[in-house]
Amino acid sequence: MNIVYAVIVLGVMAVVFGLILAIAAKVFEVEVDPRLPQIQAALAGANCGGCGYPGCAGCAEAILAGKAPVSACAPAGAEGAAKIAAIMGMEAPSGEKKVAHVMCNGGTNAVKNFEYRGVTDCLAATKVCGGDASACRYGCLGFGSCVAACKFDAIHIGENGVAVVDKEKCTNCGACREACPRKLIVEVPYKQKVFVNCSNKDRGPAVTKVCANSCIACGMCERTCKFDAIHVVNNVAVIDYDKCRNCTMCAKACPKGAIEPIPTAEEKEKFKAAQKAAAERKAAAAKAAAEKAGQ
Amino acid sequence: MSITSLLAISLGAILTNNFIFAQFLGICPFLGVSKKIDTAVGMGAAVTFVMGLASAVCFGINQLLVAAGLEYMQTVAFILVIAALVQFVEMFLKKNVPTLYTALGVYLPLITTNCAVLGVALLNVQNDYNFIQSVVYGITGGLGFLLAIFLFAAVREQLEFADNPKCFDGFPIALITAGLIALAFMGFSGLKVW
Repeated sequence: MNIVYAVIVLGVMAVVFGLILAIAAKVFEVEVDPRLPQIQAALAGANCGGCGYPGCAGCAEAILAGKAPVSACAPAGAEGAAKIAAIMGMEAPSGEKKVAHVMCNGGTNAVKNFEYRGVTDCLAATKVCGGDASACRYGCLGFGSCVAACKFDAIHIGENGVAVVDKEKCTNCGACREACPRKLIVEVPYKQKVFVNCSNKDRGPAVTKVCANSCIACGMCERTCKFDAIHVVNNVAVIDYDKCRNCTMCAKACPKGAIEPIPTAEEKEKFKAAQKAAAERKAAAAKAAAEKAGQ
Repeated sequence: MSITSLLAISLGAILTNNFIFAQFLGICPFLGVSKKIDTAVGMGAAVTFVMGLASAVCFGINQLLVAAGLEYMQTVAFILVIAALVQFVEMFLKKNVPTLYTALGVYLPLITTNCAVLGVALLNVQNDYNFIQSVVYGITGGLGFLLAIFLFAAVREQLEFADNPKCFDGFPIALITAGLIALAFMGFSGLKVW
């Protein structure tokens, strides 16, 4: 008998609470725009904060309010932007996929002024003696602030002590770009294969002293490029990704191996031989032209 | 009932019998949301609020159960009450105090599963507290939780930058820290009010 009593009392309590909650749900109902959950579903859902809003819910609200563009969520990519644009009844912005890239290949190739043993954080390291632990004042410190910032496991410190982006995993959320105190991480097109992996803006001789893999602003790449896509600006070569066709000629021409993909010795020889042959042909042609003019 | 008894209850709930450091209740949110001070304080505030409410409501429910001779159903009934209460409070806040709702955010529904809230309801019954004593115990117990999680979060923020041995990095060192703070709180057991 007792058990029945207990069941009844608890059952009645449950029903009463259920009713109260059901009524409360009606009374305290807040009208939510039906597009809000849809937009949130189209976002990447990583709560990475790359958009600058507190989490994906915040971003969805901002998009709905028109404060953020439909493409605010970089991890969701063009696909997500298109979905959100459809929900919002707007036209999807076109744009190719972009990823992050670390513009440094120094690391263990760079000279060290002293051994830094403080907090393993890049920003902290830059505060010690003006960040002079590594003699290059522009290079990657390799303490992994970007690695800690990445929510997608897409950036890691490579063998040579420089952060490397895994572009398959990268969603271009921008967290690593924010985290890098030296602003070495930039946005590049996913398709791009050739990069100048140096950001040192000092003049050639000064750069040579601090890093074996540095851009010395010699201009070889600029002269080699057939597409006018690489130029030396502020003593460092910069690729115009709109013009670059990924032919890798500049990488082969670079005397310092500062341009990715770094050519093998064999490729380098081949390139030199080809250059020489071209120069000879040019000289022969000039000679022939001169002779012709002389006649 | 006098002011002294309420003072004794408050002091006990906040310091000597702190819910986390002396009674080890509510450890999950204590470890889960103590990485940053502001989220920790948000959680603490939400817990304080719900603990006060829960002790008030559970006092009434307990009277009902005693009248029906069903004291042994306390645990089940209290869980039901707390879950319903948290749901109700969430809906109420969402409609009427949206700023507080967004400030508490995800922590409010998380409290449903907070053992400190169930603990305060059961301890009220165990200690034979009357209504006012129950509510005071609930609120001050929540304040004790707030104090504990705030202190712990402050230490953990600093721990982020400490150069720990690899095997201690993260949770292990946090647990050691929690143990040390608990030891420090044992010092309060000498406190007496009257």
